[in-house]
Amino acid sequence: METTQFDTIAAISTPPGEGGISIVRISGEYAFKVIKKIYRGKNLDKVASDTINYGHIIDPKDHNSEVDEVMVSIMRAPKTYTREDVVEINCHGGLVITNRILQIVLSNGARMAHPGEFTERAFLNGRIDLSQSEAVMDLIEAKTDQSMKAALNQLDGNLSHLIKNLRHQILKVLANVEVNIDYPEYDDAETMTTKMLLSKAREVKASIQQLLKTAKQGKILRNGLATSIVGRPNVGKSSLLNNLLHEDKAIVTNIPGTTRDVLEEYVNVRGVPLKLIDTAGIRDAKNQIEKMGVDRSKKSIKSSDLVLLVLNASEPLTDEDMKLIKLTDHSKRIVILNKTDLPIKVDVDKIKQLVGEKDLITTAAIKSNGTEKLENKIANLFFDQGIESTQNNVMVTNARHVSLLHKASDALDDVMKGIHEGMPVDLVQIDMKRCWKYLGEITGDTYTGELLDQLFSQFCLGK
Amino acid sequence: MSENISEVKKRYRGEDYDVIVVGAGHAGSEAALAAARMGNRTLLLTINLDMVAFMPCNPSVGGPAKGTVVREVDALGGEMGHNIDKTYIQMRMLNTGKGPAVRALRAQADKHAYHRQMKLTIENTPNLTLRQGIVDDLIVEDGVCKGVVTNTGAEYHAKAVVVCAGTAARGKILIGELQYSSGPNNSIPAMELTKNLKDYGFHLRRFKTGTPPRVNGNTIDYDQTKEQPGDKTPHAFSFDTKDSDYLDVKKQLSCWLTYTNQKTHDLILNNLDRTPMYNGEIQGVGPRYCPSIEDKVVRFADKDHHQIFLEPEGRDTSEYYVDELSTSMPEEIQQKMVHTIKGLQHAKMMRPGYAIEYDVIDPYQLKPTFETKILKNLFTAGQTNGTSGYEEAAGQGIYAGINAGLRAQGKPGIVLKRNEAYIGVLADDLVTKGTNEPYRLLTSRAEYRLLLRTDNADLRLTPIGRKVGLISDERWARFQAKRKAIEDEVKRLNSVRVKPGKEVNDFIQKHGDKPLKDGVLASVFLRRPYVTYRTLIKFIPAAPKPLGSHVIEEVEIRTKYSGYIKKAEQGVKRLKKLEAKKIPEDIDYEDVKEIATEARQKLEKIRPRTIAQASRISGVNPSDLAVLSVYIQRGKIAKTDD
Repeated sequence: METTQFDTIAAISTPPGEGGISIVRISGEYAFKVIKKIYRGKNLDKVASDTINYGHIIDPKDHNSEVDEVMVSIMRAPKTYTREDVVEINCHGGLVITNRILQIVLSNGARMAHPGEFTERAFLNGRIDLSQSEAVMDLIEAKTDQSMKAALNQLDGNLSHLIKNLRHQILKVLANVEVNIDYPEYDDAETMTTKMLLSKAREVKASIQQLLKTAKQGKILRNGLATSIVGRPNVGKSSLLNNLLHEDKAIVTNIPGTTRDVLEEYVNVRGVPLKLIDTAGIRDAKNQIEKMGVDRSKKSIKSSDLVLLVLNASEPLTDEDMKLIKLTDHSKRIVILNKTDLPIKVDVDKIKQLVGEKDLITTAAIKSNGTEKLENKIANLFFDQGIESTQNNVMVTNARHVSLLHKASDALDDVMKGIHEGMPVDLVQIDMKRCWKYLGEITGDTYTGELLDQLFSQFCLGK
Repeated sequence: MSENISEVKKRYRGEDYDVIVVGAGHAGSEAALAAARMGNRTLLLTINLDMVAFMPCNPSVGGPAKGTVVREVDALGGEMGHNIDKTYIQMRMLNTGKGPAVRALRAQADKHAYHRQMKLTIENTPNLTLRQGIVDDLIVEDGVCKGVVTNTGAEYHAKAVVVCAGTAARGKILIGELQYSSGPNNSIPAMELTKNLKDYGFHLRRFKTGTPPRVNGNTIDYDQTKEQPGDKTPHAFSFDTKDSDYLDVKKQLSCWLTYTNQKTHDLILNNLDRTPMYNGEIQGVGPRYCPSIEDKVVRFADKDHHQIFLEPEGRDTSEYYVDELSTSMPEEIQQKMVHTIKGLQHAKMMRPGYAIEYDVIDPYQLKPTFETKILKNLFTAGQTNGTSGYEEAAGQGIYAGINAGLRAQGKPGIVLKRNEAYIGVLADDLVTKGTNEPYRLLTSRAEYRLLLRTDNADLRLTPIGRKVGLISDERWARFQAKRKAIEDEVKRLNSVRVKPGKEVNDFIQKHGDKPLKDGVLASVFLRRPYVTYRTLIKFIPAAPKPLGSHVIEEVEIRTKYSGYIKKAEQGVKRLKKLEAKKIPEDIDYEDVKEIATEARQKLEKIRPRTIAQASRISGVNPSDLAVLSVYIQRGKIAKTDD
C-alpha cells in the first residue's frame, strides 16, 4: 500500500526568484529511480554518495529532449538531511526552467512536498530533535538576517540550552523534595520547605516571562511587521514605497503562483522585516489616477502592526487627511510630512498636536534620501524593548514553544497559589513537576528517570 | 568441595498440584497463600523450613512507597499486613509533616516471631502443602512449564509454577577476601535451578546486595545514642486490625540513633583494597539507594559523618541490627569499624556483615502478568525479577500468585496499572524498563503518587481482591460499608453550610483570617489550611451515623486536596488514551523502517503492548512513537480495505 507519509517528495528548495542557480530537491525511496529516468550523463548507480555529477535533464515525455544542463548531487540514506535517499538538481536559475524541471520530476514518480515536509521527515526519521526541526522551519521562513540569527541560535540549541538549564534548576529542587519524602529520616538533605519552592518558582517564572517577552518580537521577525502606507493621492506614497523597495533591500519579490499573497512585499529595514500590505493598491494607481480611497485604507490599517501615514506639507490639511489621522489614532503610526522643500502650507504645530511630535518625521524629498530618518525610527520602534539584551540572544519564535511556556508559567502560578493556600510541599511540587514537564516538551525530552538519577547523584541515601 | 556429596539420579513421581511455588521468602509465601486461598491445590517448596518469611536483612517492614505496598497486598487479600501487625515491636508513621500522599507507615519486626507467624499461617491454610526441598530444574515440554524437579528426585507436576528463588539462586557470600557459595545467612544455595533456566533460553544477570553486622544489645552504650521511640497513636497495616489491638508505646521497643565519624571513614579508606567491591571481585551490580558504607564514604567524601540506626531484631534476642553499616569488609576490619562508632565502642559483633551475589532474570523477559515470555505457565517474582526489599517481593508474590492461580483455573490474568497501585508501577517498570540494579520502589517512581496513597489502598484494590476470590464475604461487607460512609459524608459536606456565628468567627479570627459574613459550604471551609474535619463538625450538624477514624481521614483528604486529585485524574485520563492505543502482538519491527535502530532493538526486546508502554522505554523517542503510531494506524486502514 502506498502511503502518503513516506513516499517520494520533491520541491524547489531555493527561494523563488531570478538567482544564478536553483535547486530541485527530491527525497524518498524512489529518489534515485526518478532521477535516472530524467537524467542523461554518468551511470548514477555507480557514483559514490555525496558526489556532484554533471549531465542533462531530459524530458521522457517529449522524446527525451534536453531541458537543461545540470549538476546532480547524489546523497544516499541514511546520512542525509532526511535520512532518506536524496537527490538535488542544480539547474540554471530561471523561473521557467526550474519550474519545468520540477514538473518533469513530479510526472516521473515524485509528488510535490508540502511546506516543511523535508524537515518533518528529518524529525520523523530521528535526524533532529523537535526544537531543532522547528528552528529549521523558521530558518527557511526567515526573512531577514536578524530572524535568521534567531533561528540559527535555536538550531544550535540555544533555546534548548536555556530550557535545559531551567529544567535542571527545577530538577534539583524536585530531587530535594523527593529525597525528603522517600528518605524521611535522612538528615543530610535540607528539608525543602514551601518557602524554598516559592523562591524557586518566582525565579523560574521570571526567566520564562523574559522568554515570552521575546516571543512577540520573535513573531514579528518570523512573519514580518505588517505595515501599510496610507495617505491621500499624490502625497508621495509610491516614492516612499519605491525607496523602501530599493533593490538591495528587497528580499522577496512576488511571483504569481507562489503561495505568498500577491499583495504583500517584504523589505528589510535595519534587520526588521516589514511586510508591506496592499502595495498593489499603490502600484495600480501609478499609471492611472490614484484611487486608493479611505475605505481601502481602513482595511489595510486594521491588519497592520505599523502604519506609515504620508501628508503633503505643501498643501493645507484636507478632510481626507483628517479622516486618516483619526483612523490611525489607535495604531502604531509614523507620520511622514513630505515635500517640506516647497512652500509650507500646512499648520505644522497643529499636526504636531494631532499626532504627537515623537512620531512625526519631516522630509523635503522622500524620493531621494528621506527614508533614512524613517528607517531609524522604525528600527528604534522595534528594538526599543532591548531585543539584543535577552538571555543569550535567545528569542522564542515558535507558536508551540510559546504555548508551552505559557503552560509552564501557569503551572508556576499554581505552585504559588498552593503555597499561599498552605498546601504541603509534596502537593505543591506536583505543579512544579508539571512546569518541568512542559519545559521538557519544548526540547522533546521525555521522562527517562532523570529525576532518580539526580536523586542518587545528589544524596547519599540509606534507610 | 566435600567428598561425601552424591547426586540422586533416581527420580520419582510426586503428587500433582495446580500451582507450585518455589521459595518461601516474602514473595513465595504470598504467592502460595494467594494461589491456595483461590482454591488451587498448591505446593510451597523451600530450602529450609526454618527460614520461611525470613528477614536476612533489616528487621523492618514499610516506609515510603513500601508501606503502601503492604496495604496493597492486604487489600488484595495477602498476608504481609496481618503478619506484621501481629509481630511488630515498634510502629511509626513517617512523613506526618507532609501531605497525605506520602505518609508512610513503618514497623520494626520481631524477625523470629514474623517467621513463625507466617509459617503457622501457611501450615494452617487449606489446599496448601509446605515442604522442604531444593528445586533443581523445571519440567518443560514444548515451551510449556509443567512442573519442577527437586534434588531428592521428586517430580511434581502443576498447571502453573512460580519461581521466587531470591538470593539463594547461585548465591555467593563475600566478606573481605573470603568468598563462598551460600544462600542468605549461610543457608544452602540453589546451584542448579538458574543454571537450567539459562539453558531454557533465559538471559540472567548477577546482582549484588549486602547486609551490615549484628551486635549484642547488652554491649551497646545507649546513653551515647539518641532514642527513637514508636508512635502513641494507633496504626496498623491491615484493614482487619483493630485500633484496640495497638501496642501501648511503653510495650514497644525503641531504636537508637548514632553516627559514623572521621575515624570510621579513615579505617574504611585505608582498607578499601580489602573489600571485594573495590578490588574487583564483585561482578554483581549493587543498588544505589542502599549503598554499602564503603560506597558512601568514597562517593560522598565531603561528609564527615553518616547516620547509623541500631534496631532490635526481636523480643527474644539481644541481637541488634546496625542499620546503614552494610559492608563487605573483612571481619577484623568490621569489628574495628563498629568500635569507632559512638555507643558501640565496646560492642560485641555477633555476625559480620556480608555482600551477596546472586542470579536474576532480566525482567524484560516477563509479560505484564509476570508470566515468562519464554516458558508458558512459568511465573517469577521477588528478587529473582531483579528487585530488592521484602515489600516489593510480597507485592510481586501476591501478583504472580494470583496470576498463576487464575492460569491454573483457566481464567485470564490481571494486570495492575500504574495509576492503580504501586505494585502496578513496579510491574510496569520491570517489564518495560528492566533494571540495572536491584529495584526499589520509591514514591517518586509513581506519576500519580497522590492517587496511590496509603490511606486509600483498600479502596483501590479490595474490589480486585474480591474479584479473584481472596476477600471474604464478611470483609467485603465491612469494606462496602466503609466506602459508602466516605462517599455519603463527602456528598454531605458539599451540601451543608457553615453559617456565620460567634463561635466560628472567633475560631477563624484566632487563625488570622477574616470572619464569615455569609454561609460557606462545609467542603470549602474544610479546605482552609487550619481547619480539620474534627474542627469543622463543631460548626455543622453531626453526620447521621458516627464515623470511624479511617472514614474521617479519607473524607478529609478527598475534600482538602480535591483540586490536586482532580489534576492527577486528568493525567490518568490522558494516560488511558495512550493505553488504548494497542500495538499488535505480532508486529514485525523490521517492517517499520523509519524507527531508529536503538529504538527498534528496544521495542523488539520488550515488545510493549500499548503506545503508552512504548513511550516509557528509554531510547524510544517521540519521533519513533509517531512513526509507530502511523504504522499501526496504516495497518488498521489496510485491514479495513481488505
